Amino acid sequence: MSTIPPVPPEYELPDTHYLNATYGSGRSIRAWLLTTDHKRIALLYLATVTVFFFIGGVFATMIRIHLLTPGGVLVSPETYNKLFTMHGVAMIFFFLIPSIPAVLGNFLIPIMIGAKDLAFPKINLLSWYIYVIGGSFVLYSFGTGGLDTGWTFYTPLSSIYSNSAVTPAVIGIFINGFSSILTGLNFIVTIHTMRAPGMTWFRLPLFAWAHYATSLVMILGTPVVAITLLLAALERVLHLGFFNPAMGGDPILFQHLFWFYSHPAVYIMVLPAMGVVSEIIPTFARKTIFGYSFIAGSSIAIAVIGFLVWAHHMFVTGESTYAALAFSFLSYLVAIPSAVKVFNWTATLYKGSISWDPPMIYALGFIGLFTIGGLTGLFLACLGLDIHIHDTYFVIAHFHYIMVGGAVMGYIGGLHFWWPKITGRLYPKALSQFAAIVLFIGFNLTFFPQFILGYLGMPRRYHSYPPEFQVLNVLSTAGASILALGYLLPMAYLTWSMRYGKVAGPNPWPATGLEWKTDSPPPTENFHVTPVVDWEPYDYRNRPDLGLVAGTAAPAHGDD
Amino acid sequence: MQLPLPLYPPEASNFAPPVDGLMIFITSICVFFAAGITFAIIYFFFRYHRKAPDAVGATVREDPRLEAAWIIVPLILAMVMFCWGAVIYVDYRHTPSDTLDIYVIAKQWMWKVQQPNGLKEINELHVPVGRNIRLTLASEDVIHDFFVPAFRVKMDVIPGNNHYNTMWFRPTKAGRYHFFCSQYCGTNHALMGGWVIVMEPTEYAAWLSGSGAGEGNPVTVGEKLFAEKACVTCHVANGTGRAPSLNGLYDAKVLLAGGTTVIADDAYIRESILQPNAKIVAGYQPLMPTFQGQLTEEQILALTAYIKSLQSQPVPAKGAGIAPASGAGTSPATEKK
Repeated sequence: MSTIPPVPPEYELPDTHYLNATYGSGRSIRAWLLTTDHKRIALLYLATVTVFFFIGGVFATMIRIHLLTPGGVLVSPETYNKLFTMHGVAMIFFFLIPSIPAVLGNFLIPIMIGAKDLAFPKINLLSWYIYVIGGSFVLYSFGTGGLDTGWTFYTPLSSIYSNSAVTPAVIGIFINGFSSILTGLNFIVTIHTMRAPGMTWFRLPLFAWAHYATSLVMILGTPVVAITLLLAALERVLHLGFFNPAMGGDPILFQHLFWFYSHPAVYIMVLPAMGVVSEIIPTFARKTIFGYSFIAGSSIAIAVIGFLVWAHHMFVTGESTYAALAFSFLSYLVAIPSAVKVFNWTATLYKGSISWDPPMIYALGFIGLFTIGGLTGLFLACLGLDIHIHDTYFVIAHFHYIMVGGAVMGYIGGLHFWWPKITGRLYPKALSQFAAIVLFIGFNLTFFPQFILGYLGMPRRYHSYPPEFQVLNVLSTAGASILALGYLLPMAYLTWSMRYGKVAGPNPWPATGLEWKTDSPPPTENFHVTPVVDWEPYDYRNRPDLGLVAGTAAPAHGDD
Repeated sequence: MQLPLPLYPPEASNFAPPVDGLMIFITSICVFFAAGITFAIIYFFFRYHRKAPDAVGATVREDPRLEAAWIIVPLILAMVMFCWGAVIYVDYRHTPSDTLDIYVIAKQWMWKVQQPNGLKEINELHVPVGRNIRLTLASEDVIHDFFVPAFRVKMDVIPGNNHYNTMWFRPTKAGRYHFFCSQYCGTNHALMGGWVIVMEPTEYAAWLSGSGAGEGNPVTVGEKLFAEKACVTCHVANGTGRAPSLNGLYDAKVLLAGGTTVIADDAYIRESILQPNAKIVAGYQPLMPTFQGQLTEEQILALTAYIKSLQSQPVPAKGAGIAPASGAGTSPATEKK
């Protein structure tokens, strides 16, 4: 009985699951577009955010090719400015912010807490439609003249001087904000009210804690940026003077309002990735996570302190010295909870039983890249240093380490971890381990040279540059071509596996979470019987049902 | 001149050595932690590699002291970084009193520089080595940013009525150094740069007195504007006009209606020209029209220079608007009138 794992049984897909369920109109397009099943909505999001990731990725590729020579090889200055702006807008507002919460969070949070769906399934579908409408406005802007203001939309450049299609883009982002707000609302209500019997707050998966913190930021921050961008649009269209000094406005006010959301937005992007890593590490170390309450608490601390650091983006605007001191101090404080997480993840590995499965390689890659990204934040939070490195490639490198090395690495790691649950099938193991390593190496080669470029003084958003910066730019572009391979490989083999992958079974790793106690793919109602939780999170020692050596014998991997 | 792949720009101002020192300090701490984490992960990864397919990890007791240690130690190090950075920042923001003042005006996509004697430069800035230089920054349109990597200095150039940003530095090494616009400002942002030319003081003096000096002397230009724009009809020098005399005004303390005082610096003068009703001098009516949109940034600077030149003129007994010397700051006394 206890010898099941060494020779894994051949699993078969369950007869009915959420992908082939015949409720409503069954498998028709209509059944997908009108679904209220959080799992199907998650897949709708997966398709749409992948489109935006691809669009943003094409822009990024063109940027890196253009910068191969000091004069630029590919496009005119106008086009270059549009490329980096549209890269930023597509990636931040339409890929990074929705990626983990709206895809993985949507799919997993109800299953992880033992619920049948989110609290408001129709609002969940509505938020996807809002995202699509907002995204359409932005694509319209991209297609009709493009956008050249920088993703930060600083006034009065964006509100008065730019000749590009600013208004539709701003309206698109404004609309899209409501999608974020509704998703956050749904998560908070669901986590509060729909936990299964026995699922206490401190038995919640850390993924759920991270999404709870993220949702708080979404609800409290998004309205501010939405209104701010709307004011910029009103200034542009109706010439109401909010930010333009020639009409009595204050351009710095825009920056305060913009960063009041957009700094916390960084945590919207990275907190869910931290949640993903907090699930992967204990699973593949087969060990209780070290410092559960510290990791959970640090998510909340990041969400709260993250709201109080925004003006560290404005140290060279001439803001008062006292304000600068306060914001620098608070920025250092927000670094501490992130450090706590990194230390706890590392400590979790100690005396673990560590496997080298692909999700683990992504998660460890995340820790490495996030650590570099976080540590270089200490340089930027430092008042004396920020003056020199502000608005240079140092900043570019720093936030790509956080957002791409952190958030995207976490997202792709999470896809690999839960792919068997989402699709019921496994992907090729060796190929995906190789892809993870390619991604890690390509990323570092692309972005590490940019730290040096920045300290040497190369400003960001330059379509041409002095010749002495060329060597590092060529290195960075070379790295980007490896990085691109690191993204294309998973896209290819994950797609392949949906049809041809080996059937995974309910719990292939095995992992301890509730989502692994149901079929892969799960049935529409998630569980055949409402689960009851009588174990502590990430506990491998008292889980005989997992069939591992430390537990007592168990009948089988367990559905029901 | 440099290594094929340098790691830092030339050090050519008073700020460069302390900033680089701070950089080395923070880099050392970060490399220590990053290396530690990386080493630990790689070591654990191989040391605790799964021995059997169904093996699970050991139970490790959590120790609150460990959690406390890795909160407190990073916090202490972070506070050291914060304090060190703050000390340097305060130095950046505390302009010494003996500066050579140069005006810099940014517009899409060029820089206009005006030397103290009125000599104008485009996309070049000549400065003497060893002098404290103060740049007063104004923008004609969007936000720009004046950045000299070799000096480790940077400051946004912001359009607006409320203040000028200023920055200071002391060049320490003669040479030619890049300056850049580092706040994205539109199509030709990347081309909006130039050279700072640091010269020996004697060379600088010779250069300054050379070609074209004085033809656009801002005081002369400002005096002409003062007459052209009819400022002189109200701001009568002997204090008998409908507006206060401007003699001796610059850098003096002005008593405002409502009892507060303000120092008549560049920003105050600029605001008073563009938004005359924002601050009314005690005893005067808000009669002055706005000059918003009627003066370029350069003309405003010329007027300011002219008003500055009146600093040495005799202050009339009445009608100057300058706060009485006794009313040092907080005195709510009304003007003796």
